[in-house]
Formats: sequence, C-alpha cells, structure tokens
Amino acid sequence: MSKAHHVLVVDDEKSIRRFLNAGLAEEGYEVSLAETGSEAIEKTVREKPDIVILDLGLPDIDGKEVIQRIRKLSAVPIIILSVRADESGKVQALDLGADDYVTKPFGMEELNARIRTALRRRLQEQGAPPVYRCGELAVDLVRRLVTLGGREVRLSVKEFDVLRLLVSQAGRVLTHEFILREVWGPANAENIQYLRVYVRSLRQKLEEDPTRPRYLLTETGVGYRLKAPD
Amino acid sequence: MSQPDQSDRENRPSPEALLAAAAQERRGKLKIFLGAAPGVGKTYEMLLAAAQRRREGVDVVVGVVETHGRIETERLLRGLEIVPRRRVEYRGHVLEEMDIDAVLQRAPELVLVDELAHSNAPGSRHPKRHMDVAELLAAGIDVYTTLNVQHLESLNDVVAQITRIRVRETIPDSVIDQAAEIEVVDLTPEDLIQRLNEGKVYVPRQAQRALRHYFSPGNLTALRELALRRAAQRVDEQMLSYMQAHAISGPWAAGERVLACVSESPGSAQVVRQARRVADELKAKWSVIYIETSRHHRLSEVERDRIADTLRLAERLGGEAVTIPGRRVADDVLAYARSNNVTRILVGKSQRSRWQELLRGSVIYDLIRKANNIGVQVVTSEGKPIPPKNVETRPGGEPFDFLPYVVTVGMVAAATLIALAIDAFVHLPNISLVYLAAILFTAVAYGLMPSLFAVLLSVLTYNFFFLPPIYTFTISDPANVMALIFFSIVAVLTSNLTARTREQVLSAQRRAKDATELYTFSRKLAATNDLDDLLWAFCYQVAALLKVRIVVLLPEKGQIAVRAGYPPEDELDESDLAAAKWTWAHNQAAGRASDTLPGARRLFLPMRTGRGIVGVLGLDRDRPGPILTPDERRLLDALSDLIAVAIERVHLAEDIDEARIAAEADRLRSTLLTSISHDLRTPLASIIGSITTFKTLKDPVDPRVKGELIATIQEEAERLNRFVGNLLDMSRLESGALPIKRQVLDVGELLETSLRRAARLVSHHRVEVEVAADLPMISGDATLLEQALFNLIDNAAKYAPAGSPIRVSARRSGDRLQLEVSDEGPGIPPDHLERIFDKFHRVAADGDKRPPGTGLGLAICRGFVEALGGTLRAANRADRRGAVFTITLPLPAKTGGELEAGAPA
Repeated sequence: MSKAHHVLVVDDEKSIRRFLNAGLAEEGYEVSLAETGSEAIEKTVREKPDIVILDLGLPDIDGKEVIQRIRKLSAVPIIILSVRADESGKVQALDLGADDYVTKPFGMEELNARIRTALRRRLQEQGAPPVYRCGELAVDLVRRLVTLGGREVRLSVKEFDVLRLLVSQAGRVLTHEFILREVWGPANAENIQYLRVYVRSLRQKLEEDPTRPRYLLTETGVGYRLKAPD
Repeated sequence: MSQPDQSDRENRPSPEALLAAAAQERRGKLKIFLGAAPGVGKTYEMLLAAAQRRREGVDVVVGVVETHGRIETERLLRGLEIVPRRRVEYRGHVLEEMDIDAVLQRAPELVLVDELAHSNAPGSRHPKRHMDVAELLAAGIDVYTTLNVQHLESLNDVVAQITRIRVRETIPDSVIDQAAEIEVVDLTPEDLIQRLNEGKVYVPRQAQRALRHYFSPGNLTALRELALRRAAQRVDEQMLSYMQAHAISGPWAAGERVLACVSESPGSAQVVRQARRVADELKAKWSVIYIETSRHHRLSEVERDRIADTLRLAERLGGEAVTIPGRRVADDVLAYARSNNVTRILVGKSQRSRWQELLRGSVIYDLIRKANNIGVQVVTSEGKPIPPKNVETRPGGEPFDFLPYVVTVGMVAAATLIALAIDAFVHLPNISLVYLAAILFTAVAYGLMPSLFAVLLSVLTYNFFFLPPIYTFTISDPANVMALIFFSIVAVLTSNLTARTREQVLSAQRRAKDATELYTFSRKLAATNDLDDLLWAFCYQVAALLKVRIVVLLPEKGQIAVRAGYPPEDELDESDLAAAKWTWAHNQAAGRASDTLPGARRLFLPMRTGRGIVGVLGLDRDRPGPILTPDERRLLDALSDLIAVAIERVHLAEDIDEARIAAEADRLRSTLLTSISHDLRTPLASIIGSITTFKTLKDPVDPRVKGELIATIQEEAERLNRFVGNLLDMSRLESGALPIKRQVLDVGELLETSLRRAARLVSHHRVEVEVAADLPMISGDATLLEQALFNLIDNAAKYAPAGSPIRVSARRSGDRLQLEVSDEGPGIPPDHLERIFDKFHRVAADGDKRPPGTGLGLAICRGFVEALGGTLRAANRADRRGAVFTITLPLPAKTGGELEAGAPA
C-alpha cells in the first residue's frame, strides 16, 4: 500500500475515540477524530477521508442527518456504529446511503473487516474482478458459472439474480428491501417471503450445513450479507 | 274497630314464607361450602362433612368431585361410593360430566356435587351444573356443593373491580338463597398464599400468570371479606324468613338496625348525623325515612329542598334513604321499622308548640307509645343545619295556561245544557248534581284552581238558570239559598279532595319516573369504568332530562378544566371560568342566578361525595333567568351525587392501581439493586483485576499468561454486555412498550443467528441442530425470537456440563411450530418448573455453587414469546437427565407452502 488510508472517526464518547484511534493506527490507517456531527461534516469536506466511522447518537445533529449531509458532498464510504435492538435505525441509515454497520459493543477484528470490505468496494468500482472466490465457493459473473469445490452448481434464474447482487457487493450488508427492489422490482419491495424462500434454496445448494451457513449470512432484522471474498 | 284486626293480620305467617317452608320440606336440602378463592379447601371440607354423615348412616354418593390430584383429598374420597361420570365428546376432546340420570336412578339421600358454578359440556341436559343440582333437589335428594364467592352474579362486578379478572362462569344469587345451609371455608390470605407456593392449589396452566396476580394478599383479604359478608347476609335473610314463617313480628336483636325519621325541619340534618354515629358505634346498617303525607304538597320549596338535601346527606354518609307515601307518620314509620327489623328509631325533638300538639298530635309521643320493643331515641335537633340554597330557581310547575279554564267554561256550559234538557222532560229536584259531575271532571283533569273556577261558574249558572226567579242572579226562596250554600260547600270540598288526590298521583308518577331514570342511570354508571365514558353518559343524561347545556370540570394538575360537555364543543369564557373556580374553591354554587358572580353565563354547582368536592358542573339554558325548577334541581342533585361517587370510584381504582404498581416497582428495584451490585461487580472485578495484573507483569511477558488474562477480560466484558442487554430487554418488557415488528421469518435463519451469537458461550458443548425439512415460514419478530432462543441456549450452556450435547430443534406440530432447546444438565426441581420464569428467580444448585446469571434471561424469554402469541414451557427430559424448554408458536393461517408458491420465479 503506497499511501495509508485516511479514516475519520466520529463519536462523542472519548473512550471510544481513544481505543479506535489506537486500534486503527495499529492497523496502519491514518486516523482523525471528530466529536460532533458538524465537526464530522466539516472534516469530511476539509480532510477528504477515505472512510468515515460514524456513531448514530451524536449530541448536536442526528446521525442519520449527518449521513444525508455527507452524501450531498461526497461518496465516501460510511460505516455506522449502532446498538442492538435498533434494527429499524440501521435499515434507515443504510437506506440513506451508509455502506455498513457494526453493532456496539464490537471487536476490532469485526470493524477492521468491515473497513477493508468498504475500501475494497471503492477500488472495485473502477473495475470489479468478475470472479468471486470465498472458500469452496466461486462465482463467475461473466460466464454465469457457480462452482462449489470445483463442481458446478445449477441455479434458477432468480436464484442467480439474488446471488449476483450479493456477489457484486460481497462483504456488505444488503437490506431486504434493497434486494427485493433490485431483483423483483419496486412493486415487490415489501414481499419479504419471496426473498426468504430463495435464500433458503440458495443455502441448500451452496452451504454444507444450511442451518449454520458459512457464506450467505443473515443479519437479523436488517438483511443478508455474503461473506467477503478471500 | 279496624286497628286490632289489622295487627292480627300482620302477625299471621305470611303465605309466601309458609309456601317457601313447605317447598323446603319436600325438596332436598342444599348445603354450600363457600370459599373466598380457589385453594381454601372447600372440596376437602365437603368430603369431611360427607364422611361424617356416612358414619351417621346416611346414604352418600359422589356425583362429581375434582381432586386435582391432591393426595389428602383423594384419600377422603376412597371410602365413598362414586357414580361413574358420563363421557362427552366435544370437538375431539373427551369431557367428563356428572351423570345426572345415574344419580337420580341411584336415588341416594345425599349426593356430593363439586364446583357449583361449572358449565356443562355442550349437549348436556342443562348448560349449567347448578341447574343439575336444582333437579336433584327437586327429586328430594340432599346436595352438598362447593362454590367460590366470585362466581356469584351480584358480586361478579365487585370481584372484577378488586382483582381485575372477570370470571365468566356465574350463578344467580337465588341459588345461594335456596341453600338450607352455608358453610364458609375460611383460610387466611397468608396461609392460602403459602399453599399456593407449595403447589397445593390447582390452577389451570393457561391462567397461571394471571392468577399469581390474583392471589395477592390485598385481593384475598377483600375476597374473604366478601365471602364472609355474603354468608352473614344469608344468615340474616334466613332469620327474617324464619320469623315470617313463625309469625314472630320483628325485631330479633341479632344485628342492630337504626332508622332515623326526618321531616322538613332544619334539625333533620342533625338527626341524620346522629343516626350515623349511633350506627357506627353499633356497627349496624342504617336508614333514613321520610313519610310523604298530604302535607308535603303544602310545603314551601325551601322546605322541600331541605328534605331532599337531608335524604342526600344520609346517602352520602352511607345510609339508605327511603321515602314512603303515607297518612299517619308514626304508624307508617313503625310499620316500616317492623318489616325491616329495625331496633332503634331516632327522631328529632319536636318543634311544634303545645297548642299544635294538642291540635294535631305529636309524632314522638305516638312513636314511643306504639313502639313496643323498638327503642326510640329523641335527639336534639340543634346543630349545623344544611345551608339553604343560594341559587334562585325558576317558578316550578307549568306556566299559567288558559286552556283548562276555557275547557272548564265549556264543561259548565255543557252541564247547563244537559241540565236544561233533563229539566225539560222530567222534574229533577237535585239537578245541581250535573254540575258536580262537571266540577269533579275538571278537578281530575286540571287540579285545584280550574276546579274552584268551575265551582264559581256552576254556582252562578245554576242560580241563573234553575233557581227562581230564573234568568236572574237573585234567589227568592230561602230554602234555595240554603241549598245553594250547601252545594257550594260540597263542591269546594270535593274539588279540593279530588285535586289533592290528583296531585298525589302525579307526584307518585313523577317520583317513579325520576326513580326509574336514576336507576337506569346508576346501572349505566356501574357498567362503566372509564372516566370519559362516565362523564359523557352523565352529560348526555342531564342534557336530555333537563333540556340544558352542560359542562363538567374536573381538577387537572391543581387547576380545574373542562373535561366533558353536552353539546361537546363548549369552551368557557373568563367570567364563567372565574365562577367555576369559585365553586371549586368554596364547594358552593356560583354563577348565573346564584348570589356569587351572577353575571356569568352559566350556573356552576359542586359535585360532592362524602369526602368532599370532586368536580364542578356548569349549566346553561337559552331562556334567560334562573335555569332550573326546584324539582329539576332536586333531580340534578341526585344525578350529580351518582356521578360524583362514580368519579370517586374511578379515582380510587386508579389510586389502588398506582399503589400496586408502586409496590411492585419497589420490590423490583430492591431486587435489581442486589442483582446489579452482585452481577455487575463480579465481571468488573475480574476485568479490573486482570488488567492490573497485566500492568504489573514484567517483560518479557509469558504469552500463556497474557493469553489467559486477555481471555478473562474478554469473557467477563461479554458477560457484562449480556447482563446489560437483559436489563434493557426487561425494562422494555416492563414498560409495556415492546415494539413488535412482525415479518415472515425462516426458522432456520433464527437458529443460525442465535447460534452465531451464542457461539462463544457453547464453545465447550456439542451443539446438535435439527430442523425438520420443509418447515413453513412463520410470522414473528426476528429480533425478539432470536433473543429468546439465545437466552435459552445461554441458559442450557450455563447448566449443562462441558462436553455434553445441547440440542436445538424445530418441528411442526399441527398448526403450531415447536422450537426446543434441551440439555443434559441437572434438570429442574419439579416445584421450580414454573417459578424459574419469575424475575430474579434462581434455582440454587448444590449449596452456593450456582452458575452466574441474573435470573432475568428466562423471564425475558417468556415475555418475548408471549408477546408474539406463543408459549414457553419448561420440563425435565423423560429419556434422560436434563431440562427441555419448548417455545410453541402459532403458524399463520396462510401456510408456508402457499407462501412458497407465491414467489414468482
């Protein structure tokens, strides 16, 4: 890596800022800190960070509004820090343009993985590699070929559409509504049972133990996430 | 002489009482074992009594007895002959009911029938068991039965108000009145709660949570009092019926009853207050009686108001107010007193002068002379009289109406024509009787004034047309002068008498109508528990009855504000608000037509109960001047008393609720504090300890030690996190504001996410997952269900030894989905199977060595599952050691298959 990525951490809790600062610096990132929403927006403009880690509960401006304002100015990836039992808050933040979320309390490994995924996606947008590989699973989007341990897996058209969407954003959480809208069209954005049925059949074809999936993961109350490629 | 005749008739046994006694002799006798709540031991007592009767040689059989598996009860049952029950198939269930035909055929002397309030299975002969019992009694078989007091129809509302649980199976009160004997099976609330905790009280599974609240000491005390009081009341009734049957005219000095006589005299209020004090001392029931004689109609409005206020005062103080029309006050009071078993009569000191007493007699002397064995107490009537009204009223009655006088003229004219016609054919010496008919008719139809007018007209026309010289107003014959004078006297007397009768009839009708209105209204109020509904009913009733506009103001945050009105839009202007506030502050009327702030548009009256003012009502009418007639005012006062008491009742219920919630919150707070101090500090101690150890380590640090310390820190921090999560979940449940987001869910995904979250907790166990193929989708809240499953897995991991398997399975069972988490831990002691779901309940393992935890996880789990319409049960495994927890969820009517078919490919 020629130049260290710049991470902006926005949180009003001093202890959180302190350990994120230390942990991210350890990972080799260049870190700057912000306490409030307005400071976050200002620093996003001035310092042009490569990624923003944003706590949803800020003292001055609501975190969702911060996302909206940043989105008007920049396409920088945003990762939300949220709490359990606020699934609708997470979904709203994702709809407003946040890229991903981490639920507090979280471990550094988890956050680092999310940051890597987000940064990689930014790079891929210039030219995404057409083949996704993770463990035994490989998906070739160009040839529409799915293999598990080298053996071809036959998918229906809709199954492949769902998988393609997940692969194109691998490692990132996709909300139910987003997937439904993309695959079945806006009219079916609420018909979550379609999605559940197709995810179940995809798992039966791709996972060794469908009740303990390794690739296609459920994010309770939010959506699905395909494990980031190796 | 009619006097002794009458008293003889009164002392003869009343035919109704004799009939009832005769019916009792042929019929079987009913004995009820009455209890305050389930579990006091009614069935047990009944069986004991039955065993005793059997030893006495009575032929006893058991019709139906529920032992609910209680061993003591079953042992008692052993010596008794049991008539096999009838099996009834109903919707795939087999129900067992008493076989009434078999019992009738067996024809024992005494049959035991448990649970009188039971509803029979559909298709039985009678829908209710008490009807079966009635048939057995009619066949001459004695019946022993058991009953809980909350099943009595008349107490159903009261019990529901006390316990907040409405019992659906009720029996009419007449059943208890038919009982020859009632035995109250009594147990103190403390003992009963202990029995409940020891699992000795049978409680249907689905009602367990509700019943735990039901069995609070406060509820039980209230229920117990109800049961005892109902039985005591029955004893009183029995005594009355015995006395009537044996022609003993009352009273028997068993319970004291006090009766106060009131009149229009200002001292009556004092008599009422004195009666209340006496009754309180004697712990007796008390009533206040007013005898409405013909004098009543000659009383001034002020005096009538005073009577109404005196009676209301009595009701406010807890007495019963009675108004009886009558002729001789003393006789009527005593008749009422004897028939109601009164032991003491209170009467105010006379205010009549000697001269009046000589002329009209003295009620007090009459009372004392005729009272025989009833005590008569003359009380001084000096004291605070009820203040006179400070509100002007509209002149009462109908406004002056010409029509009756026009009709009267017509009547007299018609009488004249008829008399002339008769006179033309036959010579009738008493032709004046035709006029008398006209006068009587007018008196009946229109009352005194028109009839006096008719007298005058008749005298004149009679003189003019019939008394020689005719067609003049002079009279030549002195005999005719005498006749005319007597005719006038007779006419005035009859019209007066008739008019007074009419007045009495009318007032009786009015009173009956008012009483009906009040009764319907009070029924309506009793059925409502919501303040806004109450006020609405009241406003509507007043507006409809009195043709006025009304607003009701109640205190809100120390200020009074409009709470209801009819028509409903009403806002108060400045002067009205000032008058309303004055009324609220001084507990006196103010505003229009009163002597305070008469400039206001409305009249404001206080709404009072025995404890004081509860609100203010404001009245308004389009017509200028005073708003109400005295009669309307009295009706309004009565209505306002009813609503005031109802409002107070609602407030009391709220207060009780608040106190109950506060007490529960207090208990929870203290447990929480204990729990927090222990459960928060333990992990914190480990964390701080590990970190400080870490700091003191000297380089080079042993990687094994470092790894251990860090693992401890992480594990303890995660434990802390779970504890805080539990506290949050619990408070969400407790606040009652659990947000539920229903979605179509895949059970497999639920297992996946909860197991992923619990991965570190079960790292030392073998987790076996078993999901039935093609399970349908369910409808539920993903977050809540995931947490519920997580808590169950967490719980299993805590109790099951390391290395043992934890099984998580999902399968379909009919129209339900079952999620099971089972372990091979020590299992759950049988008496803890339900209690483990209580907040902060922990099963103490060997000594103090219990696994860490807060005792919240399972309570939350059950709370979440029940919020989603499911159930959570704990049991011990049948095949091996270990516990099994089962979540049962209803499947949506639209099954998974259809959902799958609905997905467009």
